[in-house]
Order: sequence, then structure tokens, then C-alpha cells
Amino acid sequence: MNKDTRPASFLTSAAAKPLVHAACLAPLVWLVWLGVDGRFGPNPAEFINRYTGDWAIRFLLIALAVTPLRGITGLAAVMRFRRMLGLYAFFYALLHVTSYVALDQYFAWAAIWRDILKRNYITVGMLALTILTALAVTSPKAMVKRMGGRNWQRLHRLVYVAAVATPIHFFMMRKGFQIEPLIYGAVAGLLLAWRAGAWIRARAQGRARAAARAA
Amino acid sequence: MIIRQRPLHRIRSCEITPKAAFDDRRRVLRALGLGGLAATMPAALTMGLPGRADAAWRPTQGKALSGTPHPRYNAKVLGEDPAPLEVVGSYNNFYEFGTGKGDPAENAGSLKTTPWTIKVEGAVEKPGTYDVDDLIRADDIEDRVYRFRCVEAWSMVVPWLGVPLAKIIRRLGPTSKARYVYFETLFDPDQMPGQRRPVLEWPYKEGLRLDEAMNPLTLFAVGVHGQVLPNQNGAPVRLIVPWKYGFKSIKSIVLMRFVEQQPPTSWSVANGREYGFYSNVNPDVSHPRWSQATEKKIGQNNIFGLPIRQPTLMFNGYEEEVAGLYAGMDLKKFY
Repeated sequence: MNKDTRPASFLTSAAAKPLVHAACLAPLVWLVWLGVDGRFGPNPAEFINRYTGDWAIRFLLIALAVTPLRGITGLAAVMRFRRMLGLYAFFYALLHVTSYVALDQYFAWAAIWRDILKRNYITVGMLALTILTALAVTSPKAMVKRMGGRNWQRLHRLVYVAAVATPIHFFMMRKGFQIEPLIYGAVAGLLLAWRAGAWIRARAQGRARAAARAA
Repeated sequence: MIIRQRPLHRIRSCEITPKAAFDDRRRVLRALGLGGLAATMPAALTMGLPGRADAAWRPTQGKALSGTPHPRYNAKVLGEDPAPLEVVGSYNNFYEFGTGKGDPAENAGSLKTTPWTIKVEGAVEKPGTYDVDDLIRADDIEDRVYRFRCVEAWSMVVPWLGVPLAKIIRRLGPTSKARYVYFETLFDPDQMPGQRRPVLEWPYKEGLRLDEAMNPLTLFAVGVHGQVLPNQNGAPVRLIVPWKYGFKSIKSIVLMRFVEQQPPTSWSVANGREYGFYSNVNPDVSHPRWSQATEKKIGQNNIFGLPIRQPTLMFNGYEEEVAGLYAGMDLKKFY
């Protein structure tokens, strides 16, 4: 399994990573351009906050799609990009929260702290950010060695909590009944369901093998 | 507590503003013999009720519309600059045209505001279907600068043109059974594409207690910034209830029903824990999503070009005018 096939030759090429970086930074470049062009509207904080939040959740889901993509296509080379995609999710989440703290709240820390404790959607959002921060900090290879593969993996499974928390945060923030957060929620659900399926299959296989050995 | 009621008009419009253009229009109409038009109108329209004081007050969209400046509700007394028209007309919550702030300005072109009728029904002496051009009298239009506070913790100062709703209600003659007024927005997904999505239960519904509706502050707004309301702001006629959160000020009204029981309202049906019937601006009653202690003033920027943040005032600064309506009520319970 996971033998590199033809598309993988691009995925493993030296040009692939810079191109993916460029693609991941394109939304930020576009945001800056919109600002330069004066298209933020009368409430720039709200515009920037929503824009960066949209991209944070998109990159989180893209990063979470990497493992299922390998499982389904057998392209092992896509795994090269998983960490950087996850880090871009963190990057946009950080911009999202920074825009709230700086541009919306003007660093009114007491009010921000009250918001975190009191407003459920902010509590849930901050939980997701805390998880992404922990994962980003422990993302270098050296940290994997230092923590030990097992502990590292345990910690990084928290990304599943973030994957659930983020669409909930989005849904709670929107007023009325709105489709968009539900679509993100459905995608997150599919990506997690694929993992659950893979995990159940692997367990069943393990049992069958153990049974075969015992017999 | 003594609540002083100010007279709606201290000065009549004809006494202060030399409305040359206005009078000229009348003369032209008379000359053309259009004055006789009134005689041909259906009885319901001429029986003195909303009645046509003069020919249609409503110019086409984008054209100038004027009203008597209010001696108290003006920018000078308020001490704040109104948000410019580009801002008032580009930053809107009008989910009938999409949920983004810029969506209404982009999509509201499909709304057809002429002709426009409002159905009046329920506990009222003069029910009927009225053309908005008859319900509003040009002489009654006032220019009032109000604070407008959205539940989302932003606000704007807006120069509305409108008629005190009390004047219209008095002409319609609510009966003793009328304790509330219920309003509905137009329902027509072809004109309001946002209604194809179940964001809220359509049509949009709102309601006021009759005494709230009759409060001199409450307006039937038909214009803003010296022109007819842009579609995205709720053309051709919307409510303005400046001491309540913005969603109470229902837009593009087609129905007014006088009722005995407290009517359902769209947001309280969607989420009663977050949006109450009263929804008075109150910095002490925090909303589950937004602290209401402060607000961002859209259209009034700091040196970084960002809206300033200010403490929110009780009843949005109209405590003197409206606190009496809620004497003895627990405003934490009746939010």
C-alpha cells in the first residue's frame, strides 16, 4: 500500500511546498489587497474577523482531510503537507482572534475575559484556539522526539475536539438558522466519521489476526 | 417620576421653512387640474382618514425628500455627527436580502416599492388597505436625528425622515380592544431572495405595545439623509423605535394589525431566550452573545479609521421619554 504513483511525483517535487505555501497565503494577500483598496466596509473589525475565521475553519478541515485523502487514494506523499496545513489553520485562527482582541475590543482585557467566560460561542472558540496553539507549539519534529511518539500522538488527537468545536462556534455565532456553519459541520463530521470507520476496521482486522494466530 | 410629554410640533413646517419647491409643485398640480383627482378617489381614502392632504409625497428613489427639522432630535442637540448615507446604506441587517452586512445593498434592487399598500386590520375603526402614499401626509414628515442601536453591539446616528406613528394610529382609530400593534414585512421570495432560506420564519414579524407605538418617539420612517429610503434600509416605510434594539424597527411594512394579545415576533420565535418581546436597549441586561455595556459607533471613527467604542445608554439615551412606559416592570425579566 501507499506506493507513490504518478501524481505523487509532483507532490514529492521540490516545487510543491513553495506552491502550497503560496496558495495558503493567498487569502491573506487578498485580505491585504481589499484593505488597500478600501473594501472593508464601515466595520473593518467585523469584516476582517469573519474573513480570517472563515479561512481558519477551512484550513482546519483541509488539514483534517489529508489523512483520509491518503487512505482513499493511497498517495502517501500528501502527508508531507499535513503539518503545514494544520499550521496555516492555526495561523488564520490566530489572526481571527487577534482581530477580535485588537480591532474589535481595543485590548479591553477585562471585557475580553468576561466574554470568554460568559459567551458560550467565545468559550468554545477559545477552546479550539487553545488546542490549536498547543498543537502548533508541539509541531516541530524535535518536539515529537522530546515528548515521545505516543504522547505526541495523544496530544495531537485533540485536533478532533477542535474539529467539532470550530463549526459549533461558527453555528452559535450566527443568528437565526443559517446553512453555512452546518455545511462546515457536515464536512467535519464526514472527516471524523472516516477516521472512526478506519479505526473500527483496523481493530476488526487486528482481532481477526489475533484469532488466526490463536487458532 | 414625572414624564414630560413634548408637543410633537412646536413650530409648523410652513412657518419655518420656505418650501418654495414644495408650494410650486402644488401650484403646478392645481394648474393641471389634478386637485380634482381627490374627488375621484375611493371613499375610504377621502373620508378624512389617512386621507390625501395633497398629492403624493413620495418622489422617486434617490430624489430629495424633506421634513420639518425637529427642535430636539437633531444633530446639534445630540452633539454627534450622523453616519454618512454611504454607511447607512451599505451596512445593513435585512436578512430578506442575505445575511451579510453588504448583501442588502447588493440585492435589494429587486424590491418593488411602487405601488405599495399596507393592510390595516384588527381592533381598529378604519380597517382597510391603504396606499402608503395616502397613509403618509407630506406635512407630517419630520426630520429627526436618532441614535440607532443594533443588538449586535454596534450603533449609528441616523437622520430619519418620518411621521410619528401616533398620528397615523390616531387617524385609524384603534378600539378599546387594541392593546398591541402587530407588523409584518412583505413576503415575496421573488423580490426578497433571502426569504428562500429558512433563516427566520418568514414573513418578518414585529410588535409593539400600543402605548409604545403611540410614544412620540416612534416613527414610521420613509426617508433618510434627505431622500427616500433606499430599499436596503426598509423602503418604502419602516418602523423606527429608537430606544429598542434595531431588529424591533421592522422594515418594508405591509401589514398593521391591532390586537389584544402580545403578538409573536420573528426573533423571539427563533430564539426566545436571546430576544424578548420588549428588547429595550439596556446596558445592564447582557445578551447571551454580546455584552450590551458598550457599542461601536459605525460612522464615527478613531484615528486608526476604526469605529469608536462608547458606553451604551439606558434606553439608548431616551430614558426621559420612555422610562415611564415600563414603570414597575422588572426589565431583567421583560427583556
